[in-house]
Amino acid sequence: MECSFALTGKDYVLVAADTTSARSIIKMKIDEDKIKTLSPHLLMAYSGEPGDTVQFAEYIERNIRLYHIRNLYPLRPQSAAAWIRRSLAESLRSRHPYSVNLLVGGFDTADQSPHLYWIDYLGTMATVPYAAHGYGSYFASSLLDRYHNPDGTLEEGLATLRRAIDETSKRLIVAPGKYMVKVVDKDGIREIEL
Amino acid sequence: MEAISHAGTVLGVLAKDGVVLAAEKKVTGKLLDLSEAKQGGYGGSGEKIFLLNSNVIGGVAGLTADGNSLINYARSAAQQHLLNYNEDIPVELLAQRLCDLKQGYTQYGGLRPFGVSLLYAGYDPHYQFQLYHSDPSGNYSGWKATCIGANNGTAQSLLKQEYKDDITVEDAIGLVVRTMSKTMDSTTLGSEKLEFAVLTLDPETKEPKAKIYRPVEVDALLVKHGLAKKDEDTEMKTA
Repeated sequence: MECSFALTGKDYVLVAADTTSARSIIKMKIDEDKIKTLSPHLLMAYSGEPGDTVQFAEYIERNIRLYHIRNLYPLRPQSAAAWIRRSLAESLRSRHPYSVNLLVGGFDTADQSPHLYWIDYLGTMATVPYAAHGYGSYFASSLLDRYHNPDGTLEEGLATLRRAIDETSKRLIVAPGKYMVKVVDKDGIREIEL
Repeated sequence: MEAISHAGTVLGVLAKDGVVLAAEKKVTGKLLDLSEAKQGGYGGSGEKIFLLNSNVIGGVAGLTADGNSLINYARSAAQQHLLNYNEDIPVELLAQRLCDLKQGYTQYGGLRPFGVSLLYAGYDPHYQFQLYHSDPSGNYSGWKATCIGANNGTAQSLLKQEYKDDITVEDAIGLVVRTMSKTMDSTTLGSEKLEFAVLTLDPETKEPKAKIYRPVEVDALLVKHGLAKKDEDTEMKTA
């Protein structure tokens, strides 16, 4: 089942999401990228109702791109997260609400700081040092609480993330097999092999 | 455009650590009740200089009623941005919002455009301190120092001579007061003729801090720079 994790470090945010696309009990795809690049320093991992997820993520992606084109600079992570949360909250009160859970991680180039936001389909938003969605969160939260270091290096952050993923793989019956990991820092966004 | 060239002068100077705005008030007289401006509100007499958002001060030149309507629109636009993005509106974006509105009135028949030019003095994390000017047609541009209203040509040339890059707020305040005293029609400077505002960063919170001077503070400032009413004539020569 779908799992996503994220954590902040000294000057970066790590975002990880599984790469399986399933329908009922069937795995349809094992290399699905569920982490969207919203702007040069902003990542969003999405999970939830199939169909809703991609539709909503693309809507967000394009609107944030539009803001970037119109204003020459992109939205800062805190503003982007606030707008994304608002979009979800407005959708919740419509006839067909999107059922999507998000982790938004970004690096604010204005003050050189990493930011991470946990957002669920009800439009709840929390600013957090580490976060998880899906069944993996039941295993990872305690580990992240114990091992997360807000001033840690990238290696340290990756070790903590590996711990969370390994524990989920070990204990969860329906654990996903593969994860995609992306990092955002002052240099932008890149994918990392775990 | 014609209305603006007769309107009270509004002058803005961008410094490295702040922005300064000053405005000349045209509506004065012994019988005008100014008691409201002395206390209450957020400072200023609410005639030419307004707080548009916690990070932007606006200076208005032109038809006052049109100006009030635009101020109201600007404040709504700024709050709408705060609601959507949970951040203070970037200064240029606020200027754009108003210019989009102003431009609309030049395009459709039957309606009269806003007879108002505005100066926007603001701060945002993207471009730090900024000073913008917009005219009734909906054009806007960013400036280091500029002036709108009556005698704007004289003031602009004075500013051009005296402005230096990386000027401090203190020096900018001096420059603005001096330029104002030279360009204003009347020979007497005082709080009943002048509005004044400064936008800086709060040294502790690092948040923008807008200060619109109260009449007593304007008078104190003029005394400090030796431009107060009484010794006006002698001081003018040395300034």
